[in-house]
Amino acid sequence: MITIAGAGLAGLSSALELARAGHIVRVYEASENIGSDSVSRYAGGMLAPWCERESADQTVVELANGAADWWEQITPVTRMGTLVVAPPRDQSELVRFSKRTRNYEWVHADEIAALEPALGNRFANGLFFETEAHLNPRTALRDLATEATKAGVEILCGTPAPKRVDLDCTGPASDLPDLRMVRGEMAILHCPDLNLTRTIRLLHPRIPLYLVPRGDGVYMIGATMIENSSARPISVRSLSEVLSAAFAIHPSFAEATVIETGSGLRPAFPDNLPRLVQSNGVAHLNGFYRHGFLLAPAMAAQVVHHFSKQGSHENHRQFQTV
Amino acid sequence: MRIYETDIATPLLLGTAQYPSPKVLQNAIKAAGCEIVTVSLRRETAQGTGAGFWDVIRQTGAKILPNTAGCHTAREAITTAQMARDIFETDWIKLEVIGHADNLQPDVFELVHAARVLSADGFKVFPYMTDDLVVGEKLIEAGCKVLMPWGAPIGSGQGLRNPDALRAMRAHFPDIPLIVDAGIGRPSDAAAAMEIGMDAVLLNTAVAKAGDPVQMARAMAMAVRAGRTGYQAGPMERRDVAVPSTPVLGLAELV
Repeated sequence: MITIAGAGLAGLSSALELARAGHIVRVYEASENIGSDSVSRYAGGMLAPWCERESADQTVVELANGAADWWEQITPVTRMGTLVVAPPRDQSELVRFSKRTRNYEWVHADEIAALEPALGNRFANGLFFETEAHLNPRTALRDLATEATKAGVEILCGTPAPKRVDLDCTGPASDLPDLRMVRGEMAILHCPDLNLTRTIRLLHPRIPLYLVPRGDGVYMIGATMIENSSARPISVRSLSEVLSAAFAIHPSFAEATVIETGSGLRPAFPDNLPRLVQSNGVAHLNGFYRHGFLLAPAMAAQVVHHFSKQGSHENHRQFQTV
Repeated sequence: MRIYETDIATPLLLGTAQYPSPKVLQNAIKAAGCEIVTVSLRRETAQGTGAGFWDVIRQTGAKILPNTAGCHTAREAITTAQMARDIFETDWIKLEVIGHADNLQPDVFELVHAARVLSADGFKVFPYMTDDLVVGEKLIEAGCKVLMPWGAPIGSGQGLRNPDALRAMRAHFPDIPLIVDAGIGRPSDAAAAMEIGMDAVLLNTAVAKAGDPVQMARAMAMAVRAGRTGYQAGPMERRDVAVPSTPVLGLAELV
């Protein structure tokens, strides 16, 4: 049997893939409910490797390959693409963004209006990443747990892991060397007057913002990136910045209701890439940074590879030792 | 360059924000041979430990110059400086007091006040200022032994908007280290600052947001050295007419 500590994104996707590969798997989760302590509940749930490429390593694009298909087998995935826009005075940000990535097309007022009628006449230029997708993180994590259970995984909620497990997926709770926390803050707004159907990114030199539609007029907006391990609730400055950026996307947000705010700590390694590492004889999957939903499928496959090779002393290229 | 009894070989100071990852930041610092880096206390380390990111910077071996980025009053900046002294164990402080939300220009009145209080408290203050001679005089009178005039608004990448003002500062403060802080966009901007006699350049966005930050850090380091060496070598004066490089006297008689 393979035992896993942590029923978050890393633990559950690994458990599912291990069970699919024929292993008997047990997952220990300290909190009472799936996802209640997971940083992924504050995620955007974007499956947007090409937008991430603007600041992320090429490895992210490679590992993201097939992620949307993987998730679509488990949970609803909205495959509407990402629309990137900028206010008139920040058009140079669009040019900068476009130079750092690919797999997009330039769109102009008419095409933007055709994609998102609510944004017609608001933005003259944008970048459209047609192949990108998003999902609802909370639904997805729940569906992932259901899928894992169906595949035979035993998930023990409200049960702290024993001292010794085979795979540690405890995220921020892990004490791996080199792992740091990057704070993120977000808000969820209800704005029934507005109908946006796909992920919108607003480029702004100071307050870059993304907005992900959750359906029924609910929008998740975020998120800050702060090199800080404070878990306090969102600050006034961050909240006022993300709210004013939402207002810049569409003035209808002035009348929206703030139904939730949140902050979470994303575990990350110095290169901001996830790692499957061996520490004190235990395998750890950690450091998803802001790419949990995007990279969990590929990393779960690496976990399966690791456990199928175990005992044969074969060294996997991706497998590093701390 | 000698600042507050510390010799600096590479006249390039780097900010540590906005890099794609801490790993890239480390590599950029290394590629530039950068000896001093600035770290924002408010953003990176206040509340919570921020220890991971701070470790990454410490591993580079660069000297830390904490800054008060994001402070809008002298009072805030003073408190932030005191926290920075405890956390980073240094009496160096890059003093930033922002006066305008749009162009992030310093509030020089609050700046001079904070500089006076902090200098009296034993801090070695690096004030981020406009290129104003009078403000420079007041800061020196307040205890600053280095001045950091802006080249252009923070993060704008516009280069030196008023090189004449920087030349005037050089002439007016011959013995005070002058560091151009903010506004540098390209290596040629950094070289230009050094060529007119600035002692160093401090920049962040130009490297962090470049397509390849590590290469850009290297380019900036080469640029400041070229500019500095050019300044020391004494550039020629501009002329309005062409002068042939080859002497015209003593030509061979061909007839």
